[in-house]
Amino acid sequence: MQTEKFVYFDNINTTFPDPRVVRKIDEVLNFRLGNPSAHIHSAGIAAGKVVDEAREKVAAYIGAAPETLIFTSGATEANNLAITGFLKANPEFGFVCSNIEHFSVLNQIRSLRNSVKTSILDVDSYGLVEPDSLEKVLKNNRSIVSLSLANPEIGTMQDIEKISEICSRNGSILHSDATAAAGLIEIDVNKMGIDLLTLSGHNIYGPAGVGALYVNKKIRLASIFEGGNQESGIRPGTENVPGIAGMGEACEALKGDMKSHEKRLRDLGNDLWKSLQESVRFVNFTGHPEKRLPGHVSFWVEHIEGESLLLLLSMNGVMASSGSACSSNLKAKDEDELMASHVLAAVGVPSDICSGSITLSAGRYNTEEDFNYVKSVLPGLVEKLLTMSPSYDDYMKNKETTDG
Amino acid sequence: MDKPFPYSETVMDHFANPRNMGDMEDPSAVGNVGNPACGDMMRLFLKIENGIIVDAKFKTFGCGAAIASSSMLTEMIKGMTLDEAMSISNEEVVNALGGLPEAKIHCSVMAEEALKAAMEDYKNKNR
Repeated sequence: MQTEKFVYFDNINTTFPDPRVVRKIDEVLNFRLGNPSAHIHSAGIAAGKVVDEAREKVAAYIGAAPETLIFTSGATEANNLAITGFLKANPEFGFVCSNIEHFSVLNQIRSLRNSVKTSILDVDSYGLVEPDSLEKVLKNNRSIVSLSLANPEIGTMQDIEKISEICSRNGSILHSDATAAAGLIEIDVNKMGIDLLTLSGHNIYGPAGVGALYVNKKIRLASIFEGGNQESGIRPGTENVPGIAGMGEACEALKGDMKSHEKRLRDLGNDLWKSLQESVRFVNFTGHPEKRLPGHVSFWVEHIEGESLLLLLSMNGVMASSGSACSSNLKAKDEDELMASHVLAAVGVPSDICSGSITLSAGRYNTEEDFNYVKSVLPGLVEKLLTMSPSYDDYMKNKETTDG
Repeated sequence: MDKPFPYSETVMDHFANPRNMGDMEDPSAVGNVGNPACGDMMRLFLKIENGIIVDAKFKTFGCGAAIASSSMLTEMIKGMTLDEAMSISNEEVVNALGGLPEAKIHCSVMAEEALKAAMEDYKNKNR
């Protein structure tokens, strides 16, 4: 049952580092660098330079000035810093996010709701925030609005420029988590009108354990940590120099062929969607058909359970992910922890079906051959599970009765 | 190196090559448990002759652990007397599978419940 195939379609959860990133980290680790805060001796100054260079490269990827970037330990920390840090400095603001945000955004409600006005916006069946409902919430309540650029599970990309317009019209601030979108599309914080932006290293072909928060110069942020003066005192703690250097190199490596990869993955993703639509019985796609991440295809299949399909895919060398109730968290302590995805529930995937969704997320290393391989194996695996499914039998029997 | 999988080798084997999966003509008893609403559903068919389970088949909608538990159960009960089969517990299914993650124990419980339901069906039909 083993197979030599290695077709990786889980780039939304992590990407493999670019070889240039690996070389850069290796170089930095081998270079005798001091602590960047030791500004007087040459080893410390050299480390500071590595961080400065990386800051320039990351800033260039999002069209920002280097001094607007704060390096963090990852996206979760950046999201906490952006929202709680902003509200600490601007307690008169409220907090608004959608019901499909990552838990690092959504769960901040718990600690914030006693001190600020909080609202959660429902999304439509495609996962899009409705501009009118946002406008209504912000009308009488200036807020920091946190909406991810794209949703990792269903691939939908928000109409961020329109959202930004509504925010600024209502004196509000826009934070966007770009973890899922970065590395796949071009990002320009000024053009998009984003005030605070979260980036994650390991989602853009860089290392894990490092991220960054862009903070528009007009925004005041308070630190949520006690510590030293690193990262303007906003994110104290000795800098992760090799990680930061790796993230800088990852952003540098994105330059140049970003547009061509975006187009290539968009075409291949659309093609895979169309192919599965024709070849997979009982398939239901999730997310918006056009306003979506390039190379991202997500769906659920009636009468079969998501984890079994993920396992069969893995046995056939295809690595995908799932928002299924029963699959994502095998380390859960009990059944109650096997929660159904809040994202699928929010876009109206019937909870009484609970069959789990599959997310196929491509990245720049995926070839056309990878896509073709998925097209060739997936329909057969679904059929295999359908033949085992009593739910499918019942459906067919009912159909025969109804069809007479 | 073999690719790592989230379950024991036995579970993966029963998931990939389920034993006794399919329909049965004129079963002596059928056990239906679970519901697609709960994410899993199992149907167990038994052929019983002279108080002995001579054949068992299943169909299951569920995760890898649910399919493997169903497959293992059918293997265990074939050839058993009804009394022997009645005493099968989910722990025995779990042990035979080489263990299940804690959060997946309920899948083996479903297999035990399907067996109990089939026994009940048999009793009702043969009153």
